[in-house]
Amino acid sequence: MASIILPSAPSESRPGRFGIYGGRYVPETLMAALLELEHEYEIAKSDAAFQAELAGLLKDYAGRPTPLYFAKRLSEELGGAKIYLKREDLLHTGAHKINNALGQGLLAQRMGKRRIIAETGAGQHGVATATVCALLGLECVIYMGDVDMARQELNVLRMRLLGAEVRGVSSGSKTLKDAISEAMRDWVTNVRTTYYILGSALGAHPYPTMVRDFQRCISREMKEQILEKEGRLPTAVIACVGGGSNAIGAFYEFIPDRKVRLIGVEAGGRGTALGEHAARFAGGVPGVLQGTFSYVLQDENGQIAGTHSVSAGLDYASIGPEHAALHDSGRAEYTSQDDASALNAVVKLARTEGILPAIESAHAVAEALKVAPTMTPRELLVVNLSGRGDKDMGILARELHLQGA
Amino acid sequence: MPIHFEHKPGLVVYVTAGDPSLEATRDIALAAIDAGADVIELGVPFSDPLADGPVIQRASERALARGTKLSDVLTIARDIRAAKPAAGLIIFTYLNPILRYGLARFADDAKAAGSDGVLVTDMIVEEAGEYLKEMDRVGLAPVFLAAPTSPDERLAAIASRSKGFIYAISRTGITGKQTSMTSDAAALVERIRASFAPGAERLPVAVGFGISNADHVAQVAEFADAAVIGSAIVDLIERSTAETAAAEVARFIKGLRLQEAATAR
Repeated sequence: MASIILPSAPSESRPGRFGIYGGRYVPETLMAALLELEHEYEIAKSDAAFQAELAGLLKDYAGRPTPLYFAKRLSEELGGAKIYLKREDLLHTGAHKINNALGQGLLAQRMGKRRIIAETGAGQHGVATATVCALLGLECVIYMGDVDMARQELNVLRMRLLGAEVRGVSSGSKTLKDAISEAMRDWVTNVRTTYYILGSALGAHPYPTMVRDFQRCISREMKEQILEKEGRLPTAVIACVGGGSNAIGAFYEFIPDRKVRLIGVEAGGRGTALGEHAARFAGGVPGVLQGTFSYVLQDENGQIAGTHSVSAGLDYASIGPEHAALHDSGRAEYTSQDDASALNAVVKLARTEGILPAIESAHAVAEALKVAPTMTPRELLVVNLSGRGDKDMGILARELHLQGA
Repeated sequence: MPIHFEHKPGLVVYVTAGDPSLEATRDIALAAIDAGADVIELGVPFSDPLADGPVIQRASERALARGTKLSDVLTIARDIRAAKPAAGLIIFTYLNPILRYGLARFADDAKAAGSDGVLVTDMIVEEAGEYLKEMDRVGLAPVFLAAPTSPDERLAAIASRSKGFIYAISRTGITGKQTSMTSDAAALVERIRASFAPGAERLPVAVGFGISNADHVAQVAEFADAAVIGSAIVDLIERSTAETAAAEVARFIKGLRLQEAATAR
């Protein structure tokens, strides 16, 4: 492999850089909009009225704080660590995505942008965005790969019911990556009137930072709740990582607590060959995709590789730049769980706790199933249950042969 | 020879390398130069061309399906340079393929192949430190994009870091057709020209995105130094065969010139 030379000197102090990762690699046409967004976000961040409005909506509309639930039967059955589930699946619209969609929706409103676009993989960010647009009276266009529209049809119908226009994307792999490219093409065309609500901790600065800020409420609550219930910090926090928004939200407040292990779980898909998985830290090398410098699954010519995961939300060739930095520094560990393990974890959690997780979140559950038995009952595992599995019933029915049994 | 525009307005012709084949791309570029193109932009196909419309996306897919690599693009750059010593030659690419190739190795090889400059679609001036160092080390011209949305202070930064020419994007949007030139383009060119520092070289300004016929070229001639023709050429290549594409492209480019002669009368 040819050596990678950084396009610019890394600097911790530059905004939008996480170690050497992040930055802004976009067509010039978008730069004015990104700079405006960065500026407006900085003002909003320190504006008490903005923060109060967001906090009010998160509480009364979305349902924060979400519970930290002790999974007693699961813990006992595994015979190791005590497992707690952070119940982001109980939020309005069924996943953590609403945290960010509300934040950015309010920001768009504040900036006077009446037209909203977004990409979606599993459809949870699309549904959250369509919901916020309905709530705020904004026009909404969602880009979604054709493959994802077929496998997450319920969410497509939900978005349409909410008044959003869902535009199928038939280029490339017809999944999340291509939906992001298409959303960026729309944005570059309509940049003067349109706000792009990016749903993951990806893309050009300020998105990775802004999305993380809107998701860090997850770890803030986790920390308070585990201290209240157990009087000590957890041994480890586990979260699935697609682009990485739920994981960075679940990790962020624990980063200074060096003893807390942070474990990100990528999609192992159905094999270790390039194209069969979405484990960026297992098969990727640093590069630039869709505006940011991070680990990217790519071939030896720098062409972006295809990916596979049973979960649309983890099926992406790159990963948020802050995760790349946490990976390289060793502060967070990244592992993967394959399709079969994730499906097994869905069944396990459903039948021991009566909780049906999204297949994305089930990758984190699968990791807990693996590590909990190796730990002592004194140790505490917190699993971020980022979303619920209703959207996945079609896939689950097929994969688990639920029909006509 | 540094990039220069023989004609008024100059013509910059973009082709996606490897579509329909590397040999055809070479022949198309040579025919385009014979027909009056001042500068050839050799496009490196990329899997995720987010600044491009459907025409160039499809061309990239076809080129990649044939296995076109960055090293192949440099090989035909060398062939074009050998046949046409005076023509301008730019490598037009997204960032990731050159990062994977190695930025220093790319700079060396692009220079050795005889190209005059490089345009990286997703490289903005703020991130360009290492890239500019490499371009400067080997003597390649970094060509940057300027957009109608770029405020004056960004245009000044772009103007001060560019060499060869400045590529002014005619409108917000992706590459591909439009029906008429917007007033954005003329205003942008005027702002770019006002942004050169006193005493600095006043680089030519080429206008691109959506320029597809002789009328457009004639309009651009009124306010800019050159017109960039991209998707219209790639579309023509798509509709031609590998055997006829070079002749079709030459005929098309001569047609752009005829209109120019008529309007200049």
